[in-house]
Amino acid sequence: MKYVDEFRDGELANGLASTIARAADTGRNYSFMEFCGGHTHAISRYGVTDLLPANIQMIHGPGCPVCVLPIGRIDLAIGLALDQGVILCTYGDTLRVPASDGLSLMKAKARGGDVRMIYSTADVLAIARDNPDRDVVFLAIGFETTTPPTALLIEQAKNEGIGNLSVLCNHVLTPSAITHILESPEVREYGTLPLDGFIGPSHVSTVIGTQPYEHFAREYRKPVVISGFEPLDVMQGILMLVRQVNEGRAEVENEFFRAVTRGGNRKAQTLVAKIFELRRTFEWRGLGEVPYSALQIRSEYAAFDAEQRYGLRYAPVADNKACECGAILRGVKKPTDCKIFGTVCTPETPMGSCMVSSEGACAAHYTYGRFKDVEIVAA
Amino acid sequence: MSTVKPGYTRPLDVRNGRIDLSHGGGGRAMAQLIEELFAAAFDNEYLAQGNDGAVLAMPSAGGRLVMATDAHVVSPLFFPGGDIGCLSVHGTVNDVAVMGARPLWLAASFVLEEGFPLSDLKRIVESMANAAKSAGVSVVTGDTKVVERGKGDGVFITTTGVGVLPKGLDLSGNKATPGDVILLSGTIGDHGMAIMSKRENLAFDAPIESDTAALHGLVADMLASGSGIRVLRDPTRGGLATTLNEIAKQSGVGMQLDESSIPVRPVVDAACEFLGLDPLYIANEGKLVAICAPEDAGGLLAVMRAHPLGRESAIIGTVHADPHHFVQMKTRFGGRRNVDWLSGEQLPRIC
Repeated sequence: MKYVDEFRDGELANGLASTIARAADTGRNYSFMEFCGGHTHAISRYGVTDLLPANIQMIHGPGCPVCVLPIGRIDLAIGLALDQGVILCTYGDTLRVPASDGLSLMKAKARGGDVRMIYSTADVLAIARDNPDRDVVFLAIGFETTTPPTALLIEQAKNEGIGNLSVLCNHVLTPSAITHILESPEVREYGTLPLDGFIGPSHVSTVIGTQPYEHFAREYRKPVVISGFEPLDVMQGILMLVRQVNEGRAEVENEFFRAVTRGGNRKAQTLVAKIFELRRTFEWRGLGEVPYSALQIRSEYAAFDAEQRYGLRYAPVADNKACECGAILRGVKKPTDCKIFGTVCTPETPMGSCMVSSEGACAAHYTYGRFKDVEIVAA
Repeated sequence: MSTVKPGYTRPLDVRNGRIDLSHGGGGRAMAQLIEELFAAAFDNEYLAQGNDGAVLAMPSAGGRLVMATDAHVVSPLFFPGGDIGCLSVHGTVNDVAVMGARPLWLAASFVLEEGFPLSDLKRIVESMANAAKSAGVSVVTGDTKVVERGKGDGVFITTTGVGVLPKGLDLSGNKATPGDVILLSGTIGDHGMAIMSKRENLAFDAPIESDTAALHGLVADMLASGSGIRVLRDPTRGGLATTLNEIAKQSGVGMQLDESSIPVRPVVDAACEFLGLDPLYIANEGKLVAICAPEDAGGLLAVMRAHPLGRESAIIGTVHADPHHFVQMKTRFGGRRNVDWLSGEQLPRIC
């Protein structure tokens, strides 16, 4: 595939691996967090860590929108599907997230709920148009990347006078989560989470640009490199971070300049600002309540806000006690540190959200990397 | 002279008619459907007897029978490169063939939904008849049921195949041995992506055709070559990854694949990329995996490539000892990863 295969070239990767190995100071360790689940997935799927020297450690961050969606929010959606009889639409992985009472949206579907997997918000609009006698609710999740399409959906529904569509909004904000990590006691006080820099999310940055990350680099002295999701992008980003650390710099650099600018997509930002406003606080699975970390629908569009339309009241639900998703999402623990990883908790029977989405740290390690946990007997 | 008038039944209105509950009721309408559509399309001496079963003559003394069955529930019913009719023949013929047997007979069971157009059913049945003829198998018995509208999905077809296994041949998924070589007969993911490209909410104009095909001829050539084949399997639902994990588990071994040697059409690769899918897990309906002794691999590959359905065959990996039965892969990128069992369904209802 033109413009894709070029970023998966094994020979180039080997050359880049040698450059990283030469650049990395053997007298120290480097710990970089890839914030975004897309990077976690790419690193695992292409075996990127096999090409890195042993003193470069990649830490999985909380950047998987499915993983950080708390149980209580899924419960709200299940209630709408089973009790209110709405057509509940959402993106694929969300269907499998474990909720209360052993349910998930997929299991709610088996119990008779009209739950539909959609590929884009255009599908939601079509379903609403085709079912004028039914209420259609879109369970919207995701970071800044999926927010503009939701905003467009609401604007189109309003312009077309579609009255049977509303959105259960769970859009969250990347910079708030990074701040939360950097302010956490594990980073600031205990030092249990060594962090030398961030691989910054690329698709998010196509919308918000690189500018929002300048604050972290400056205030927390942590370099950030915005990198694409192709494996060569990730490796190039790691090399740029190593160089920044070596030179004592803490700046925002843009590896993904083929699609990302400093200012981002102004049109998308304007649309999002028109439809959404900041929530005072929002619960993230694993991180708890994070102030000003999510969006809600503005009062001018209240008719399209499922929370208002159905009078929904959020009730937090605690994770399974044995589940370490919280610590794993904060980068404090690895999947293998969790007692139920790979035993009770597997992709077939996920206990925690990190095992659900292929972008989750546990699912990525279980699916692609768990052979590294055991000795392989030679043939 | 008799004054009783001969029974008169209007012929099936294939152009405008639709399946109704009487077509499954066991009465005249059902008999007419069977006679004018199924028996006419699958015409052979066994069906012509009109019995509930078929008495079959064993073609070779000392041989053993192989029997396999497969239910087909595909949506859409017609897709680029095929339809549920030919698929229902190929799927079962291949299940028999990869056991090393020569497929001879099929039983076909139809579950039809009330309201289904007879014209579509005729297309499907004719496609089945053509596929069976090409594969050298006869549909010798069958069954028809009709379910109420809304309780089916147009047509479900279950086919059961019987074939004859030559004396002394014993292929099985538990025979892979460390050191063995893994071969694949061609590109992966074509069937699943052809189906995906026509799904209701995903219509994209990708020129992808299903690879649905009967593999008995390719298998016959491979067996005739005298190569030390230990395992044959067709990687259908769950794709290549699931098939290799099944064999690894059955044989109690591990596998090491080389991603760069696994053939994938660029258009399939691009469609998978677009949808965030992995071609290793996408269904195939005209490919097989063979595992053989290392000294036979080169010769077997040449035989496979000489057959029209095996032109793009490749050696894709080796078997090794591993108590965890992991299927691992060296990525094109130079790293290593697990190729795990498919979790859940990547593509709902594609075969």
